[in-house]
Amino acid sequence: MSNISLVFDKFKTSGRKALIPYIMAGDPTLAATKKYISALEQAGADIIELGVPFSDPLADGPTIQRAAERAIKQKVTLRKVLKLVSEVRKSTDIPIILMTYYNPVFKFGVSSFVKAAVKAGVDGLIVPDLIPDEADDYIKEARRHKLDTIFLLAPTSTPDRIKKISGASTGFIYYVSITGITGSKLSAGPKMRRTLSSIKRVTNKPVAVGFGISTPEEASSMSGLADGVIVGSAIVKLISQGKDISHFVRALRKAI
Amino acid sequence: MKNTGEKVPDNKGHFGQYGGRFVPETLMPALIELDKAYNKYKKDKNFLAELVLLQKDYIGRQTPLYLAKNLTELIGGAKIYLKREDLCHTGAHKINNAIAQSLLAKKMGKTRIIAETGAGQHGVATATGAALAGLQCEVYMGTDDMKRQSLNVFRMRLLGAKVTGVSIGSKTLKDAINEALRDWTANVHNTHYVLGTAFGPHPYPMMVRDFQSVIGKEARKQILKAEGRLPDCLIACVGGGSNSIGLFYAFLKDKIRMIGVEAGGHGIRSGKHAARFAGGSIGVFQGCKSYLLQDKDGNVLGTHSVSAGLDYASVGPEHCYLRELEKIEYTYATDKEALNAFELLSNTEGIIPALESAHAVAEAVKVASSMPKKSIIIVNLSGRGDKDVEQVAKIKGITL
Repeated sequence: MSNISLVFDKFKTSGRKALIPYIMAGDPTLAATKKYISALEQAGADIIELGVPFSDPLADGPTIQRAAERAIKQKVTLRKVLKLVSEVRKSTDIPIILMTYYNPVFKFGVSSFVKAAVKAGVDGLIVPDLIPDEADDYIKEARRHKLDTIFLLAPTSTPDRIKKISGASTGFIYYVSITGITGSKLSAGPKMRRTLSSIKRVTNKPVAVGFGISTPEEASSMSGLADGVIVGSAIVKLISQGKDISHFVRALRKAI
Repeated sequence: MKNTGEKVPDNKGHFGQYGGRFVPETLMPALIELDKAYNKYKKDKNFLAELVLLQKDYIGRQTPLYLAKNLTELIGGAKIYLKREDLCHTGAHKINNAIAQSLLAKKMGKTRIIAETGAGQHGVATATGAALAGLQCEVYMGTDDMKRQSLNVFRMRLLGAKVTGVSIGSKTLKDAINEALRDWTANVHNTHYVLGTAFGPHPYPMMVRDFQSVIGKEARKQILKAEGRLPDCLIACVGGGSNSIGLFYAFLKDKIRMIGVEAGGHGIRSGKHAARFAGGSIGVFQGCKSYLLQDKDGNVLGTHSVSAGLDYASVGPEHCYLRELEKIEYTYATDKEALNAFELLSNTEGIIPALESAHAVAEAVKVASSMPKKSIIIVNLSGRGDKDVEQVAKIKGITL
């Protein structure tokens, strides 16, 4: 069982939900990211999602776009993020997921990247612009090297896509809570309840919800519907303002 | 010349190893819906009849195929014919696609269309299509481009479109596309994204090619009528690649030399250009796998061209495929060569070409001189140059 699966497995009986905070690697510096990772873990994060800066992040809203711009100005690259993970691994075993767009991975070489990521201590990958339909090689390599492939499901996904994406995902399935980009306004209505339960009918893999969750209250209402909650833009915003994130993350932890 | 019998793209949009769909999952249902709708309506007699009527009475097709006698005599080589897309309503070939997609959006029951624009030509064409079809329209445009093309911004607003500035990234076309894709991600239920070139996720490269292929279909008939034979060479500029594939597509089965001309900017070695084939490598960007100007870490590089319509980091996937099959060759013209051609055509023929099209004219001048007099070249004059007059004056240091 993968490190990510172990987290969800452990919570199965307790009813506790996984808290998955997202931060952008290298925003404002790679050294700061190291400190933030340890702060997140101490504040109760179960899995860390680490963003890899990319020049054209088309699934992201303004908050994360600006964070990527800041990181790129620091010359942060996919290789440097892998190096960061291997350094962080000296002090923590917390599961780490990278969220990276596909082109940096493609340019790196899918096979060499998967090997390098596993070697650095990465547990899973989210590639928002890679759908299972285009991911045969990536899935094959990831399975061979035991790297979790977390694919995204959207409110617009049809039953056959739900089936396909659930099948291709390992670790957990990332349910995008809004029809939109990261950091948009959330609305947890009956439609979301219906979609999530239709996912649950197809698969027994854990489902984590993300995009647009910005308060402990929203995290709480989401946690009633899913196995995990992902919070990104709200934390990235605090970092961009130079504010403390521990207090907010602890409040999220309490709420779910 | 290699030849493969396979039909491209396949049902997932692959042109050999290129193309495909690299988008957030949220967009997949919309792309599948669009693919289905397009495949249905492209065989629908009513839709096609409506489109043909609009092409004729609204766009002003067919556009002339004009023998540029003065230019031909001046060069002293091959006969140079110009396919006059500059005479289309709104001044460029962009309208062929924008009108067809607006009509399709309406058939699909969408109430709103969105578009990206660089120089503003596709934005104006889409705003025009929206006004005609009675749809709401929002156009995304980089704030730097808005400054450079303020006239087109006003034209779009005059046509009833909302123009939204994009002030992130390089503040140009690629950022406008990101923002249009983000808008579409959030509003897929009522919105159709009118992508302006033969690029992006499937079915766009195929659909835009089909809507633009009217250019080559007409040119083929016209040259057969005028000369009793097919031409020896076709030349078109390549930004995203819609006017070029539009001209070339009807001739792909013929053994004709075809040349796509990219923007050489200040030259390849300067790094300030948009010549994806001369200076790029394979990558995945804005929905498809194609040639891309990128750094060693896979970040997309800034581009430069005097012509905003060619100033883009990637190129339509079918072009990569046809280049690999050696059906089309690709070269580039620098800013300077394009500016010279811009003035040359204005002086000799009384036709002011768009700076984009001037890249094709520059190549035609080079190629024609080394060809015998009985040979024939067709150049796609994809747009008129009125939009560029101010900029050219500025470059020449003339205050208007």
